[in-house]
Amino acid sequence: MDIVVLTIESTIRLSVPLLLAALAGLFSERSGIFDIGLEGKMLGAAFAGGAAAAVFSSALMGLLAALVVSVALSLVHGYASITQRGNQIVSGVAINFIAMGTTVILGQAWFAQGGRTPALTGDARFTTIDLPFAEALADVPVLGTIYSDILSGHFWLTYFAFAMVPFAWWVLYRTRFGLRLRAVGENPGAVDTAGISVTWLRYRAVICCGILCGFAGAYLSMALTAGFVKNMTAGKGYIALAALIFAKWRPVPIMYACLLFGFLDAMGIRMQGQPLPIIGPVPVQFIQALPYILTVILLAGFIGKAEPPKAGGVPYVKER
Amino acid sequence: MKRTLISLFALAAMASTAMAQDADFTPAIIYDLGGKFDKSFNEAAYTGAEQFKTETGVEYREFEIQNDAQREQALRRFIRDGNNPIVMAGFNWAAVLESVAAENPDTDFAIIDAVVDLPNVRSVVFKEQEGSYLVGVLAALASESDTVGFVGGMDVPLIRRFACGYVGGVKATTEGATVIEAMTGTTPEAWNDPVRGAEITRSQISQGADVVYHAAGGTGVGVLQAAADEGALGIGVDSNQNALHPGSVLTSMVKRVDVAVYDAFTDAMNGSFDYGVTSLGLAEDGVAYALDENNADLITDEMEAAVEEAKAAIIAGDIEVHDYMSDDSCPY
Repeated sequence: MDIVVLTIESTIRLSVPLLLAALAGLFSERSGIFDIGLEGKMLGAAFAGGAAAAVFSSALMGLLAALVVSVALSLVHGYASITQRGNQIVSGVAINFIAMGTTVILGQAWFAQGGRTPALTGDARFTTIDLPFAEALADVPVLGTIYSDILSGHFWLTYFAFAMVPFAWWVLYRTRFGLRLRAVGENPGAVDTAGISVTWLRYRAVICCGILCGFAGAYLSMALTAGFVKNMTAGKGYIALAALIFAKWRPVPIMYACLLFGFLDAMGIRMQGQPLPIIGPVPVQFIQALPYILTVILLAGFIGKAEPPKAGGVPYVKER
Repeated sequence: MKRTLISLFALAAMASTAMAQDADFTPAIIYDLGGKFDKSFNEAAYTGAEQFKTETGVEYREFEIQNDAQREQALRRFIRDGNNPIVMAGFNWAAVLESVAAENPDTDFAIIDAVVDLPNVRSVVFKEQEGSYLVGVLAALASESDTVGFVGGMDVPLIRRFACGYVGGVKATTEGATVIEAMTGTTPEAWNDPVRGAEITRSQISQGADVVYHAAGGTGVGVLQAAADEGALGIGVDSNQNALHPGSVLTSMVKRVDVAVYDAFTDAMNGSFDYGVTSLGLAEDGVAYALDENNADLITDEMEAAVEEAKAAIIAGDIEVHDYMSDDSCPY
């Protein structure tokens, strides 16, 4: 029982940045802008968050800086791929490289700690919150454990991330903005004929993407750890992208995909050196490779064909 | 492209410093992937080089590699520019050095943490198992749950050696204690993944560990942070990391990489650079446990007495700490 609870907790911690980044990608890609720059935006945001929080000793300032930087990077991607009609993949890769290099250089120039930002303490960091009555209900069997051990005691960003799932669904499927956003990703010509600006709509989509990536980055450097370390996203942006494709660009399946990746990672960490029932001890290397092996198996065998938005990756040209 | 730019800048910076120096004595040091500010292994090497510079006024050249492909390139560039001696921090250098050193018999090399058996190479290795044994003793005494953790960086025999000595110290002190061991990864990236390090630490703490020792370079920053966050104790490695989270770092297994670098530079300057394998253990003060004002309240008098006793016994040869790398297994 204990192991189950602890693994679920660990799963939630590890899947939050994936979830935020994948939802960010959802907004962008549903509008027809492919975004492999999720990784770079997250990294930039993590750095900005860590740096601003350290300088102002305030988590809120850190979050603000993270959002600003991430949205700015999104707008660069937007300008290149919407206004200039550049190749979206190239632009995304460029964002990743820019973020990887600039964060280390600026970090070294400002803080002289090898690209690291100073360790955050006290108010400069997000703290975990206990839900009301968590203490009192801890003794209630099963439900009490679920409430006080699994649901309570996370960062508010964690609750925010999971709240974003229904919110993203509502925005995309139940609002006028969402309908148009999806339409512009499938058939921008039709949207344009209806007298709606494709450019402005797509810009709004990439801004949404930037905001969510900003939250993901801030979570990494200000909640999960205390400070930015070079290349700390460690490929999470790409895994988020995989989750997005896994889930066929739909919000709720995205959550499940991210939880699955988080779970595999958590299991990888926990299973090290522990003998499995029946099989016995398993080499560490195998356990660490397991998430990737399962990803390949699931992708190849169970998920089926993933259909991207039809106009994805294609710049919109009004007249020829 | 960014990388190219960075290396161009680095090249330009190096070229200008090289010109400023007199050509007679130009020692050089190359760090490993963790980077010279990893607060751990590489930073210790950097400290030694800086100490040499302040004491003698002689400038040295340095380079931080960004990926494995740069190793040979960086080394050959230093040789071509006439740097002598060249110190390499990290066992990952061994393979490159073996081929390059053989081709350049006139240049002196020193490698830390690995043995390269060539006539112009000084290999400095440490008996990490002895220092790890001591922090294991302290961990066992400080632990209330009789469960302690170990987080390694990249899964290599050298790190297993840390783990094995640590387990030995813990089990010799508390019979039947549990040591939860985990490695961050199997690639060099594992030296620089504090997020994963923190998650592993939280996992170990939730399994009952209340003292966690790391031998994971930059990843260890996350380990110590997570231990401090969760109210457990961390144990630092290589450099004295007690000050990172005062009151939450029990001690640090200090490895005098700085002394090794400093000695290599000074010996070369005095013309007394010798070759072969130097193995530094407790007896040579090559490894130690750190005690300063940041952890004075955590180490009780009894703990200090016990660890000093173990130290004396190891030096006297009464306790033989098993070296994992001698037979690739850990008997504890």
